[in-house]
Amino acid sequence: MSPTREEQHWMYRNMVTSRRFEEAIAKIYFEGKSPAFNMANGPIPGEMHLSDGQEPVAVGVCAHLTPEDVVTATHRPHHQAIAKGVDLDKMAAEIFGKKTGLSGGRGGHMHLFDDNVNFACSGIIAQGMGPAVGAALSRKMQGKPGVAVAFVGEGAVNQGGWHEAMNLAAVWNLPFICVVEDNGWGISVAKETASSIGSHADRAAAYGIPGKRIEGNDPYAIFEAAGEAIARARAGEGPSLLECETYRLAGHFMGDAEAYRPEGEKDALFEKDPIPKMRERLLAEGSASEADLDTIEEESAARVDAAIKFARESDDAAPEDALTRVFAA
Amino acid sequence: MTKSNERKLTIARAMAEATAQEMRIDPSVFVMGEDIGPLGGVYGNTRGLIEEFGAERIRDTPISETAFIGAAVGAAQDGMRPVVELMFVDFFGVCFDAIYNLMAKNIYFSGGNVKVPMVLMTSTGGGYSDGGQHSQCLYGTFAHLPGMKVVAPSNAYDAKGLMTAAMRDDSPVVYMYHKGLQGMGWLGTEAGATVHVPEETYTLEIGKAKVVREGKDVSIVSCGMGVHNALKAAKKLEEQGVSAEVVDLVSLVPLDRDTIRASVAKTGRLIVVDEDYMSYGLSGEIIASVTEHDISVLKAAPKRVAFPDVPIPFARVMEQFCLPNPDKIVAAWDEMQAA
Repeated sequence: MSPTREEQHWMYRNMVTSRRFEEAIAKIYFEGKSPAFNMANGPIPGEMHLSDGQEPVAVGVCAHLTPEDVVTATHRPHHQAIAKGVDLDKMAAEIFGKKTGLSGGRGGHMHLFDDNVNFACSGIIAQGMGPAVGAALSRKMQGKPGVAVAFVGEGAVNQGGWHEAMNLAAVWNLPFICVVEDNGWGISVAKETASSIGSHADRAAAYGIPGKRIEGNDPYAIFEAAGEAIARARAGEGPSLLECETYRLAGHFMGDAEAYRPEGEKDALFEKDPIPKMRERLLAEGSASEADLDTIEEESAARVDAAIKFARESDDAAPEDALTRVFAA
Repeated sequence: MTKSNERKLTIARAMAEATAQEMRIDPSVFVMGEDIGPLGGVYGNTRGLIEEFGAERIRDTPISETAFIGAAVGAAQDGMRPVVELMFVDFFGVCFDAIYNLMAKNIYFSGGNVKVPMVLMTSTGGGYSDGGQHSQCLYGTFAHLPGMKVVAPSNAYDAKGLMTAAMRDDSPVVYMYHKGLQGMGWLGTEAGATVHVPEETYTLEIGKAKVVREGKDVSIVSCGMGVHNALKAAKKLEEQGVSAEVVDLVSLVPLDRDTIRASVAKTGRLIVVDEDYMSYGLSGEIIASVTEHDISVLKAAPKRVAFPDVPIPFARVMEQFCLPNPDKIVAAWDEMQAA
């Protein structure tokens, strides 16, 4: 199942929007953080995990999702949030710690919640697995449409909770898909140092469910595999596991010197940057004209500019609001 | 007072009845946990439910607390009202991330846009030589971390009302029931916990303590099993001409500081009884709640009768040496007088 022309344009638009967003965040992140780098300073304090290079996974999967479907994402969530349709203005404002943010500044970039599109992310590895499985259970019990997707990194599959959740989803035959974004690195630890097998998709056999690995950080191939897994879940046929090879073009976090990377790895990855590759393919296959893509790129940049402007111009969170909304109103 | 012809229930039966009544009127309520299906819960608190509601809504889970408590969070955020059981509170170590990082924080992280209406039932307490990984209370551990309401009933009437209130709450509620109060014969049940329970549905306000015995000389504050020890101590003290007031906290979060302060303002003396570990816990919090508010009401330094800061030992004589009991509470009064 190949993406339609409209789906291809949607995928490209979201990849570009995500990349422009990360570029904008990266630039602003260093405001106030030089000459001495102190994470606490500047308009965007705290840790920052950028998703440059990993866009194909988010768009290949989310192209099949509607707002009613549930996504739990990781500590590196921006591409996933954008592809799921999270309100970009409120998301930017949240990252800036503004009153207008998704949670009014209570969460920050690792804790983005947008209940309008059933998106949540969290900061601890494999943590989104249980909630996604529970959302899938909820849909099954209520007879309501919708699937749940948990995005995790390749490091997450070595967490005990990941295995517990995979088994639970399988034993209850839930409309759940685990998508492993394999960027090859758990912070500084290489995948082969951490995992006993090369393809984590093979672990699906342990739960008696389909597993597939998609090589090449290819949005088209990810789209196809995700389409099958999601259709299967929608049909009540149970969960699937996908592992998608992808590239982390940034460090683990902003400020990461990445001394652990083998020499030349980053350059090679940039050679394979999925965004120019997709642009070339769209043109080569006649799926889009130069003008189409220029328009998408301009609109994406404008969308990001507007979100950043909204965030910058919004009021700071009120300190005393920290004491509210611990419990449901 | 309970009349002889009134229906008495154990806490276990009261919890199951509340759950069944709520499940009849609210299809979003369901139960999951280990051995909560055909077995009816190791402590009887889900007995009879699977027969009425079936295995879809009464779900036995694999031994995967991280997954099923995390799943409860996801289901709660998606419109369900899960009741999940952590068989022993001691097992929190394998799944606390799902509890305090997800269940307790997602309302806040969402700025209140997401609700997490779930109940985490868990058994507490020792006294029957189950060793140091099956006998703890850990009230302070849970009550310390923001975002969870915490209740701990001392009797079946409160247990039913709290259970219904917990299931109707849009925030997560940790429901800590003491094994020694459950009415399971094999655990040596405290008789005072089995009381009259109305058949109709009712709720007990979470965050409201009760003065369960009025007195004027000393306030004994506790929860769960400690309330029964306090009541027994109060009787002994009465024989000495001492009038003890007993405050049953009922809820640990929110903590009803007003009721505690009013009681101590009246009696001028405070003894806190806590089966949880002594340091950094409930007993210190209760005393601080009084002293930071108005230390002038105290006629004597407060006392605490709590589990010493050691793992819970197995040998009967060792465990009983460590546990609070009525004699220790009376001794605390005596020390207070001698000081």
